Amino acid sequence: MYFLINRSLTILRFFLLATCALPLTPLQAMAMPLPSLEQRLSYVEAMLHNDDPTSTGIAPIASPWHTGWMMVAAVLVFFMVLPGLALFYGGLVRQKNVLSILAMCFGIAGVVTILWWACGYSLVFGHNFNSPFLGGSEYFFLQGVTSLPNTSYAYWIAQNIFCIYELAFAIITPALIFGASAERMKFLAILLYTLLWMFSVYFPLAHMIWGNNGLFNGLLNPDAWMPALDFAGGTVVHMSSGISSLVLCIILGKRLGYGKEPMMPHSLVLTVVGAGILWIGWYGFNAGSALAVDSVAMNAFMTTTLAAGTGCLTWPTMEFLFRGKPSVLGFCSGAVAGLVVVTPAAGFIDSTGAVSLGCVAGIIPYFACTTFKKIFRYDDALDSFGIHGVGGTIGALLTGLFATPAVNAHLISPITMHNGLEQALRNKTIWLIQAKALGISLCYVVIASLIVTHLVQFLMTLRAEQEDESQGLDISEHGEEGYTMSG
Amino acid sequence: MKKIEAIIKPFKIEEVKDALNEIGIEGMTVTEVKGFGRQKGHTEIYRGSEYTVDFLPKIKIEIVLADEALEGAIEAIMKSAKTGKIGDGKIFVFHVENAIRIRTNETGEKAV
Repeated sequence: MYFLINRSLTILRFFLLATCALPLTPLQAMAMPLPSLEQRLSYVEAMLHNDDPTSTGIAPIASPWHTGWMMVAAVLVFFMVLPGLALFYGGLVRQKNVLSILAMCFGIAGVVTILWWACGYSLVFGHNFNSPFLGGSEYFFLQGVTSLPNTSYAYWIAQNIFCIYELAFAIITPALIFGASAERMKFLAILLYTLLWMFSVYFPLAHMIWGNNGLFNGLLNPDAWMPALDFAGGTVVHMSSGISSLVLCIILGKRLGYGKEPMMPHSLVLTVVGAGILWIGWYGFNAGSALAVDSVAMNAFMTTTLAAGTGCLTWPTMEFLFRGKPSVLGFCSGAVAGLVVVTPAAGFIDSTGAVSLGCVAGIIPYFACTTFKKIFRYDDALDSFGIHGVGGTIGALLTGLFATPAVNAHLISPITMHNGLEQALRNKTIWLIQAKALGISLCYVVIASLIVTHLVQFLMTLRAEQEDESQGLDISEHGEEGYTMSG
Repeated sequence: MKKIEAIIKPFKIEEVKDALNEIGIEGMTVTEVKGFGRQKGHTEIYRGSEYTVDFLPKIKIEIVLADEALEGAIEAIMKSAKTGKIGDGKIFVFHVENAIRIRTNETGEKAV
């Protein structure tokens, strides 16, 4: 017993030394008195509970505890794009176009990384424009983005890790769009579209919803015009990419032979592997969006699982009821739809909410991908709109219905009292705020993506030549084949 | 010399091979093929899209043999490949001009 106490005291002493003594340079240490034991204890407590450490008077540093998790979460979100989304989409196209999907994922990863370094991170999470629409210029070329926390967003996470975590989101979002335009869009047009789209849609929208002085940020902005909620990107990631993909695929036109020739997925096995990786990666996406290891992250971890599981059962059940056979693609689609729908809600809802969202995810996007697509005859090749556009929109709306302060204490704070979110929570009218914010964002995305699509069409051709399309984009655009017979 | 080309149901290939081995036929070439005859295809549904698949997977066996072995081989294939249901396949018989074993330069029936 004595040994145990002695040991834990040693550990505590070490912990205090590591967290408090390190940030002080010898000069500073001489200039100001060392923090008292009580100050140090409350500093450690603040770290454990992900609270603001300012009152302790000790300079904040990144906590290995919270930052370590965010490093893992960032890796998980990168894992969603490469190889998750690449395989999920790659399996769904015909054999002759499989590489064009993989090239798209890699190409976007490259373009967006450079943009994020040069100005993207700053335009989303900077401040000095003092605008609810766009961030600032202080972090251009990641100047000042160091291992110290950016306490406007997270008290305990190194800003460089936060920046890279958010970069992964910025990569996956445009990659989702090109599922709708698969098998017919030129590679260079994809890259140019991504460049223009990031500036006109992603950077402003992400700042409006996640920026701490953003137009729609109900949690962080006391003066939010509409105090809406978007936990991990239902609007920023899924609605924006899904709606843009619909606009793009309508302007681009249908694939040659659409509706006449068979266009079957060339490997559902790859699609299953991709969907499984997406599910795993989504823990980083949703639980990571708490930007800490706290009760909100833990709750998001649970709700994410519940919604994915429910979705992956509901979708094939619909198939069984309407067509007689539950399909493997149905399981994959249902799981992904469940994950999409729970994305904006994960940190605000309880288990009942998560299962309800999962059920809805298996039903409404199912009809969007089957009945709706058939009636309106657009060629959303891999159902980017049906799953991400529709799923993200429903998820954002339902977040308003199921959000509860019981799982997320941040919903009741001086900020939410000031901007009216807390009042809306009491009156159960958050869904109305969500609907308004969503409506405005949706109109903005439609207009901006219309302009971007036409601009790319004006600057270069969007679509591959007929002959190249029939031959397959792998050979005509990249000079390679995914599978070769010999060797 | 004769050549037999038999199109059979894929899951029957092991039985057919064993039956041919039993009557002393030790070589054959097998190809995975697709095609259709009177047996109808099936529909496949991927999310919203429904496709009719006409071409069904079959296996094509090619055997070249001496004239006198022909009857026995046909009988063996008939027996082992039959399920009695539509889609069991067909057997075609051709004349073969010559056969040459590359390693030894043997020609004619000695080479098969």
